[in-house]
Amino acid sequence: MSKELQRENRGYLNSGSSQQCGSGMNDDQELIQIQLPLAEGITKELRVGQRLLLNGVIYGARDAAHQRLIAALEKGENLPVDLRGQVIYYVGPTPPRPGRPCGAAGPTTSSRMDRYTPQLLEYGVRGLIGKGRRSPEVINAIRKYGAVYLAATGGAGALIGRCIKEMQVVAYPDLGPEAIYRITVENLPVTVAIDSRGENLYEIGPAQYRRI
Amino acid sequence: MQEITVSLIVENVARLCQEANFDLPSDVRDALQEAADLEESSQGKRILGEIYENACIAQQERIPLCQDTGMVLVFVEIGQDVHVTGGSLTEAINAGVARGYQDGYLRKSVVADPLHRKNTGDNTPAVIYYDIVPGDQLRITVMPKGFGSENCTALGMLKPADGLDGVKRFILDAVDKAGPNPCPPVTVGIGIGGTADKALLLAKRALLRDVKSANQDPDLAALERELLEAINKLGYGPGGLGGRITALAVHIETYPTHIAGLPVAVCLNCHAARHKTWEWRGEKVE
Repeated sequence: MSKELQRENRGYLNSGSSQQCGSGMNDDQELIQIQLPLAEGITKELRVGQRLLLNGVIYGARDAAHQRLIAALEKGENLPVDLRGQVIYYVGPTPPRPGRPCGAAGPTTSSRMDRYTPQLLEYGVRGLIGKGRRSPEVINAIRKYGAVYLAATGGAGALIGRCIKEMQVVAYPDLGPEAIYRITVENLPVTVAIDSRGENLYEIGPAQYRRI
Repeated sequence: MQEITVSLIVENVARLCQEANFDLPSDVRDALQEAADLEESSQGKRILGEIYENACIAQQERIPLCQDTGMVLVFVEIGQDVHVTGGSLTEAINAGVARGYQDGYLRKSVVADPLHRKNTGDNTPAVIYYDIVPGDQLRITVMPKGFGSENCTALGMLKPADGLDGVKRFILDAVDKAGPNPCPPVTVGIGIGGTADKALLLAKRALLRDVKSANQDPDLAALERELLEAINKLGYGPGGLGGRITALAVHIETYPTHIAGLPVAVCLNCHAARHKTWEWRGEKVE
């Protein structure tokens, strides 16, 4: 594992490939298999731009659940789920059709969770999955606590839903789609967007193509 | 005169809600394929590929394209010679939304009160706009609007002295601020003129246009092309991780305005540019 992680990023951001539309999952960039929960120290080896396939358990939580988690932390209460060392996925899935584990389950916009995230990282959450920019406060906290922010493809809800093998509500069921879900994933594709050094793909990537 | 019963409206609105969430319009699919050819970033090409594949899976398996199945906008064009029977048109549309979201396993994302935030449980109410038009036909367009992109909406009450340059700057700035958040590649709807609310509605309606369509006014069509080119120099690219194709299209609509004002509204739609239309022309009622 660590050998793979130490591999130099091959500067794929500049490489032009003639990948055909519809075969997007098979491009030539290396995919790194990651077992969850993230082992101690792994997050510090991850580098911005790396593509990962996540396997194991993540926790789905978005706006309203975050609000309650922070309220509990501020009151010194135990959280309804032990999230220390875990990965939070900003998601509000659609209800599954009968016989299926999950419907569509793509990421929601992460910045809405920015005001809660530093406290959760301090508490011990190790990874975050979402889409879009993070605030400087979140980036500092990611660096301080050696965490990682992973980007999933926004709007690819049906495709990502296929990677979800099990999903159950584990806290705040009254919140409906905003409840906390325990989600078992298989080969969930994500990209390291902000690594534990604070390197940020949402800055580095666009800067390479900006012509204004 | 024509008569239409509310049950037919309920049934069709329910169908439109589901189809809009499962089937990416073919013009958007074509635009995504074209974008994949133009995209220079391999990361961007990969994401465009994922988006395209996502659309195929959604259509085949009747799974929503995106988990944010939106708050439903409904645009109704009703002929002044149409008579709705059996109940209220607005209630029928909302009943159709509720049924569509239940039967289609779509996410219920609407809270009853913006401050108390309790989910209504059936994704109603919809936001409905009525236009009374000549004739005896009915046309209903359903647009489930996700809030990743909706939250990036911008309204500028510019001064007439700001002129065209000011308008261009405001639009480019709005798309730049939105950056990766509205799930690029986006379509950009722009409303210029009217009042503040009119400009926003023009911008929202502009998102319903065919992706490849151009404004019929040659000057506005040229402005659409110019802005698209400028937006695609911002560098965000698919997924906002860097690349050429930040937007698939820019659509501008205008309206007369006041001597003291120059309203400009920018509405963004994510790549899941969902909408479906039903047109009804029934039998004549003597």
